Amino acid sequence: MDFAFLRETFVLLLSGLPLTLQLAFVSIAAGAVLAVLLALMRLSGSRWLGALARSYVFVFRGTPLLVQIFLIYYGLGQFPEVRESVAWPFLRQPYWCALLALGLNTAAYSSEIVRGGILSVPFGQVDAARACGMSRALIFRRIVVPQGLRVALPAYGNEIILMTRSTALASVITLMEVTGIASKIISETFRPVEVFVCAGAIYLMLNFAISRVVALVERRLSPQARKRAPAAAAPEPVR
Amino acid sequence: MTSAAPGQPAVAGRNLRKRFGNLEVLRGVSLDAHVGDVISILGASGSGKSTLLRCINMLEIPDEGEVLVAGETIRLRTGRDGKRVPVDRAQVDRIRMQLAMVFQNFNLWSHRTVIENVIEAPVHVQKRPRAEAIREAEALLDKVGIADKRNTYPAHLSGGQQQRAAIARALAMHPRVLLFDEPTSALDPELVGEVLRVMRTLAAEGRTMLVVTHELGFAREVSNRVVFLNQGTIEEEGTPAEIFAAPRSERLRQFLARHLSA
Repeated sequence: MDFAFLRETFVLLLSGLPLTLQLAFVSIAAGAVLAVLLALMRLSGSRWLGALARSYVFVFRGTPLLVQIFLIYYGLGQFPEVRESVAWPFLRQPYWCALLALGLNTAAYSSEIVRGGILSVPFGQVDAARACGMSRALIFRRIVVPQGLRVALPAYGNEIILMTRSTALASVITLMEVTGIASKIISETFRPVEVFVCAGAIYLMLNFAISRVVALVERRLSPQARKRAPAAAAPEPVR
Repeated sequence: MTSAAPGQPAVAGRNLRKRFGNLEVLRGVSLDAHVGDVISILGASGSGKSTLLRCINMLEIPDEGEVLVAGETIRLRTGRDGKRVPVDRAQVDRIRMQLAMVFQNFNLWSHRTVIENVIEAPVHVQKRPRAEAIREAEALLDKVGIADKRNTYPAHLSGGQQQRAAIARALAMHPRVLLFDEPTSALDPELVGEVLRVMRTLAAEGRTMLVVTHELGFAREVSNRVVFLNQGTIEEEGTPAEIFAAPRSERLRQFLARHLSA
């Protein structure tokens, strides 16, 4: 084992971590906003808004992320309308194309998670809130979101981890995030195994940290379960 | 909140009709509740009792007819799809505060403790100071006998305790009228008594109450008027003495025979 090489590679790969984090964080945050909008469109009761959101989810969930990245990066530039639009200074850069593809993709998956969370709130509790004179916005904020979030969080934590790994695909459109740097090192050294082991370790650590944070948030959001825990743990374990 | 003018009903339903698909659940029901009235609404399941109550606070929008609360009509209009919708949601929200509801399945908010459930509407809807709302909530919980459960989550309470917490939550809004939708139907038999005791206390205080119930004892002893619904219309109404001692319609006689023998 060439530990010196491993260490050197590891340090080099770490320089790509800020970009990986940026891609993951920005796309997940923007995707979450869009996801809530899509979920509300599905639940609005309006046939048109619902159909629009459903088609969006169908398209972005039904095609590979890699294809979406290629289509946005190579495809959009084919249209003169796009090249002449105000968005072109952004869309010509691989960074913004990657963010756009990742964000649009996660929005499709997340919107289903959000919708499930909202639908999980017992209808009677919403009735009770309406009967108290709460407005729709207040019911959403005080009753639906806190409970829906708790239900949606395990699935959403999954989605965050999935997206963090998916940022590796940005390397195919020349972005030098962790995987991009790894490919570059491999092309110079022809030592793919060591380099990919290092890259894998970085993603593993990153996702370990994320899963801890999600678990922490989950605990914070479940005061009922937390209060129950001591009682459930009370009986002595049988040996 | 202004008090109702003398002689004016605290709440009134006029010719309420409601259909779900092809099923006409309410076929023109009118009902006045004056201040201090305790009205028991009886009827077989499917007779429209719960729907009547839910139309009064607009949890279901009646297809026809109107509801007046202290003389104020809840304004409805016909939407593009032919269904009726409130003209002004804010008016509905404001009026609902005066019509607190207690549900068959309690419907406490499971992510909040008992006291948080009670202060939710006073603090966030009525914008009353939190400290004042908490003081009042503690008094209400004491009144319904669960002061020691204030920091407990609903899931850790018995059904009877949950329903008493729900009653405290309803009272916290200082409602003009209390609507009870089969408040004891989801309870184990041994827990029914504790909830009925609280309701008797409220009736004795002179509160205006509309109670959909299968508890004939409560209807006979506590209410001053009894309404018997059958297939979406009021088949018979009167004082408990009239209803229980001298039922006129065959339907009511059958209903009483079935429920009193059980």
